[in-house]
Parts: sequence; structure tokens; C-alpha cells
Amino acid sequence: MRAIGIILAGGNSHRMKELVSKRAVPAMPIAGSYRSIDFVLSNMSNSHIQKVGVLTQYNAQSLNEHLSSSKWWDFGRKQGGLFVFTPAVTAENNFWYRGTADAIYQNLSFLKSSHEPYVVVASADCIYKLDFNKVLEYHIDKKADITVVCKDADDIKDIDRFGTIKMDENYRITEFEEKPIVAKASTISCGIYIIRRRALIEMVEKSASEDRYDFVRDILIRFKDIKKIYGYKIKTYWRNIASVDDYFSTNMDFLKPEIRNYFFREYPDIYSKVDDLPPAKYNVGAQVRNSLVASGTIINGTVEDSVIFRDTYIGNNCYIKNSIVLNDVYIGDNTHIENCIVESHDTIRANSYHKGETGIKIVVEESDRYLL
Amino acid sequence: MIKKEMIAMLLAGGQGSRLGVLTAKMAKPAVSFGGKYRIIDFPLSNCINSGIDTVGVLTQYQPLKLNTHIGIGIPWDLDRNIGGVTVLPPYEKSENSEWYTGTANAIYQNLDYMETYNPDYVLILSGDHIYKMDYEVMLDYHKSHNAEVTIAVMPVPIEEAKRFGIMITDEDGRITEFEEKPENPRSNLASMGIYIFNWKTLKEALISKSSQVALDFGKHIIPYCHDKGCPLYAYEFSGYWKDVGTLESYWQANMELIDIVPEFNLYEEYWKIYTKSEILPPQYLSSDSVVEKSIVGEGSEVYGKVYNSVIGCGVVIGKDAVVRDSIVMNGVNIGEGVQCNKAIIAEGAVIGAGAVLGEGEEAPNETAPHIYNSGLVTVGEKTTVPAGVRVGKNTVIYGNTLPEDYPDGKLASGSTLEKAGD
Repeated sequence: MRAIGIILAGGNSHRMKELVSKRAVPAMPIAGSYRSIDFVLSNMSNSHIQKVGVLTQYNAQSLNEHLSSSKWWDFGRKQGGLFVFTPAVTAENNFWYRGTADAIYQNLSFLKSSHEPYVVVASADCIYKLDFNKVLEYHIDKKADITVVCKDADDIKDIDRFGTIKMDENYRITEFEEKPIVAKASTISCGIYIIRRRALIEMVEKSASEDRYDFVRDILIRFKDIKKIYGYKIKTYWRNIASVDDYFSTNMDFLKPEIRNYFFREYPDIYSKVDDLPPAKYNVGAQVRNSLVASGTIINGTVEDSVIFRDTYIGNNCYIKNSIVLNDVYIGDNTHIENCIVESHDTIRANSYHKGETGIKIVVEESDRYLL
Repeated sequence: MIKKEMIAMLLAGGQGSRLGVLTAKMAKPAVSFGGKYRIIDFPLSNCINSGIDTVGVLTQYQPLKLNTHIGIGIPWDLDRNIGGVTVLPPYEKSENSEWYTGTANAIYQNLDYMETYNPDYVLILSGDHIYKMDYEVMLDYHKSHNAEVTIAVMPVPIEEAKRFGIMITDEDGRITEFEEKPENPRSNLASMGIYIFNWKTLKEALISKSSQVALDFGKHIIPYCHDKGCPLYAYEFSGYWKDVGTLESYWQANMELIDIVPEFNLYEEYWKIYTKSEILPPQYLSSDSVVEKSIVGEGSEVYGKVYNSVIGCGVVIGKDAVVRDSIVMNGVNIGEGVQCNKAIIAEGAVIGAGAVLGEGEEAPNETAPHIYNSGLVTVGEKTTVPAGVRVGKNTVIYGNTLPEDYPDGKLASGSTLEKAGD
């Protein structure tokens, strides 16, 4: 594909509460075996983008571990490949990334040294499948300066955390509001953009010279009348996970057969780092109903309507319902967990009781673990 | 200059004919094991876990699956600039082109490969055992005894000793005599087919015995070294080691993985077994599913009931199906209402709805009773079993079978149904 990729993986969100104290949003585990950033990386790989830069900043250790080798997404290449950019002090600059546009600006040499004519910019906290070639075709066809992938927000809650857009009959964007208090439009931006590489360099440089650092506010919104910005509407599954409720419901969506088939069984695949865990093991007494279970897990108790991530141990006589249990959790015998997200590497003592009464409860409990 | 202290040569060319249709289209080391693994994963993982990063894999019989699985060695971290994994098939030479005619002959034909790495020691492995072993400890033993050849041995019950090559040692572990499959064994130390050679000793022995037909380690090279007076030592191994050369032992070894604390524990952190995972998603268990005392691989979907079984990756088990005491390999599709007792179902097979596998009384298999026994139903790779048929015990089904292949909708115990050309 004649484009390079830029993934915005800055990654903090107060709406994620305790969940982001361990990792950035793009490293959030999704659907048992994946992390959020796998979806955009796989989309880029499957669209044959050869060169991808990931811009990270907040709490990036877990994310960097995940990206330590680029081969899982087939980016282990001599030409191109996967580049991770964290903020660095240089002779000209000693700031953190002050915004998405600043993140691009501080790594402008990556854009300048590339030769592909287009750039796909996408955030790393969205769950979807998309062939960027189709968007690029549309972009060229419309002679657009910028194309914004967008979606009707019929099935999306709290629309006020997104950018909302209004388009004319030719899909040219006429209004763009970032996180409006009262949304005037029902179409939201999916945080995926295609721009000509030279135009992006120009706009980012201009913004930086005016001390403007946000890609949406200072580039998209500011330039929308002088540049031709078009919307590309998708109707397929797309979710942003950057709030506790959305994170929970997106994971639970994978219990639906049509969503599972769409992501797990239909071409193309989503890739992730391979963990070399043994198959999941069900001992006598295990009862698992309507749940997803990842590898390395050992189950002795009852699990219902839940997503169990990798390498988890569930003790005898446990009851886990409508919950998400993240990686490497040990749950002692006779424990009751309902409407919860159990944080990774937790060790939950035997006979514990956790229930989200009014909403989703995040369980962070790091007791000592006695190895068996 | 390239230099490796020890390199490994893994013999993976054997057919393993006693695994019946499981090896119809793939070499024995490529056969699935324990849900997501293949047999060769065990020696390959042992190599990398023991710090050996140069492995030559000798292939000959049906190598496609094996080659695809090994690739450039990424799953085992054996993708290296120098060394790593190299697949070594037989090749044509200016004179004397031949297949690999014996274990040692295969190694002899790859002297150049070994020479490249300038090794001090060469480890010879076979690709058909399930075990975890630290070859570095064996090498330390080899060095500390100033051995030229060290043979890994395993104590076996004396009544079974006549199936193995038996080593007789002095109190220091030095091999004084050995017997190949003796009638009246004088020791219970069985050779595991794992050898460490000093490179010079190995090279000299292979070259001097090169004209021997079907040159074999047990039959020719070890006796040759012994007769020459080389110090031969036995390294006693006491961990789990299982030969999975027969359908019965293959089934048994798989079933041992589902015990509460299995003797062979895949869940240990410090000696991981690596494999190529083609399927990543988690497994889904539906509201009416039951899975008890079983292991299940990635991406499988269970709508029926599974007891005491080993289920691979990407398997679909339909509603109301009951799978008991069975091995179901990657990508198998089991239809609704299927009853499946003590069956081995190879990769990609499709079992039609309502079929019953493994019913009735046992009867000896009509074509190969020494292979298909123990009451097992064996279904070959990519085989289709039509809906609603009833299949007896000690049976084997291979190929795209149709309802008319089953008189009265039945396949009696002891029958063989193989459709060639599919």
C-alpha cells in the first residue's frame, strides 16, 4: 500500500479509572487473547502497510513489552517495519508530547524520510477491522485533503467523548466538534485519518510554529474550511474502549456468535504476540457456560457469561459471573465474583466476595501468592 | 569464525508406521500431541531451553507438514543469524545419490552441515518422544567423565527391557556391554536414543563405517566405538519420558495430561514447550456445554459435552455431542449429537451429525490388528464421516467416506475403511 502508518498510542484516560495505573489504554487486554493495539496493527499489516510508527507516552512499559518484537504482526522487515517512538530530549526539544500533533511533530523525521505519498493515522484504543486500501481509494477518488473514518453512533453510548461530525450530501465534512457537551450530530469520528504525507508535514509544522499541539482541534477543526475534509462511513463493528463501561461491554460483545465469527473466523485475522501457554484445563467440578477462556487457564469452579484471559487459575467451588478476569490471576477456593473486572496479576484469597452492585467493580487485590 | 560448543541433529525422517493413518500424510514428529503441540516441539523446546541454538532437522518421509511447522524456527527462538534451525532433506550428489538409509547414514550425509559449525560435541536426538530434558546437564556429565560417547538411558521394568537396547554399566556409569533387544536382559537401563558424541569421534566413526548398508547408531556406530575402546558412558535420566510409537501409547500419553496434577506438567513456568500457534483466539464454551477433566486448545467452540479428552485448536463440537476419552486434533468439526468414545480424530476431520463412534464389543482389526487395537476408533486427517453412521471399536476410517460405504449405516468393530486417492 502506498501509505505509512502512524498509531497514536498515548494512552491515558481518567475514564479507565484504576485500569490505567498499570498500563496504557492501547495495552488493555481484549477478548481473552489480544491487546487493544493488536487490532490497528493487524489492520495495517493486513492492508499491506509496510512501515508503521507507534507514538507512545503514558505508562508505556507494558505496551513496549508487547511490541518488543515486530514479527507477530509481520512487521519484521528490512524495508520498513515497526518503529516505537517515546518522547526524548533532544537539542531542540525537551518536552513530553504536548498533544497528538506534537507527537507527530517531534518525530517528523520519520515522516520526512519516508517516500510513500500517504499516511494513515489511527488511534490504538479502538476495536475494529478495516481495509485501509478501501479508504485510500475513496480518498483519492474524492480528491480529499484529509479523509476521516466515521460511523453513525446509533449503538454507541456517551457520544460526548468523541468528535462529532456533520457532512454535506457529498460527504464533505462541514462541522466537526471535539467532545461536545451537547452533541449536534450523530456521526462520530473513529479516530482514523488518511492524509497526503507532505500535507501532514506542512500542517503539523504550521501548527507547531503557532504552539498548537492537538491533531483534532488544531488541524482537523481549524483547517476544515480551507482543506477538503471528507468522511468515510463504516457500518461494520467499531468500538472505542477508553472508558470502564465501554471496555467491559466491548469484551462482553465477544460472547455474541456474530462478533466472534467476524473477528475470529472471518478473513483477515487479528494477530498478537504469542505467549506459549498450554491449552486451557478443565478439572473435575469445572462448569463453564457462555464464556470465553484463553490458554494457560486452569478451571475448577463455575464460570458464567464471563471472559477469562490467559494463565488464570480458578479454584474449587468458585462462582464467577458476568465478569472479566484479566491475565495471570489466581482466584482462591469458594470465591464469588460478579459484575467485576479483575485486574491482571491479582491474587484473590479464598472465600472472597466481590460484587459490582451499581456498576462494574474493578478488583485490585494483590495478596501474597503461595505457589502450588 | 563460526564456533558452537554443541549442535543438535534431530532425526525426524521416520514414518512411524505403528501410528497407522495418523502418519499417512505426515512424518511421526509432526503428529499433534496434547491439543496444540506436535511431537517435535518437545525435543526442539528442550534444545533451546538447554541453550542449544543450532539444530539440524533431518527429514525424509512426508516432510511438508514438518517443514511448514518448523519454518525458520520463530516459535522456538531458533531464527538465528548463525545457526538456528535448518531442515536437512536427502539430496542428490554427483555420485552415490541415495535416501537416508539409516539413522547414522542420515547424519553421515550431513557431515558438511556439522563441519560448518566447528562443534566440540554433537547431540543426536530423535523426534518421537515426549519428555523434558536438560541436555546441558547431560553434557556436563559427558565432560566430567571424559567420555567420548554418552548415551542417555532410562531404567525400565525388567520385563519390558527386551523391547529396548540395553546398556550394562560398571559402578562408574561406564558402559561395558550392550545388547539390542535381548531375550534375557541383564540390566534394566534402556537406551533413549539420545547420544552425545565428541565431534572427532563421531566424524571418524561415520567415515570409517560409511560403506555399511543402512548405517544405524545402535547397530553399527555404538558397537564400532565400543570395539575401538572409546570411553562410552550411560547417563541415567529419571524424569518423564514416553515413547509414543503406538496408537495405544500415544492415546495413553495424551490422557495422562488431563490428570489433576499430571506427571508430565505442561503448566510449569520454567521449562516451557513452544509450538507454532496458528490460532490465537480464546475458546468459547456455550451455555449448555459441559467440559470436565479435559484440556482444550485455542479458538475451539464447544456446544456439546466433553469428558476426559484432549481437544486441539479450532475444533467445533456441536450441540448435544458427547466426546469421551478421546483425542480431537486441530480443526476437527464434530457435528450435533455425535457420540464419540475412545476415538483419535486427526486434523481437519469432519464427523457428520448424529454419528456414533466406538460402540459395541471389541473385535480384532481385520487388516492391521497390531496397529488398531485397544478399542480405539482412529479417524485419519481430513476424513469425512457421514451423518448418522454407527462405528464399532478397533476401526479405522480414512478419506472422504460416503453413506454407501457403511452397509446398514454401520461399520462393524474391527473394520478398516480407507479410501485411497482422496
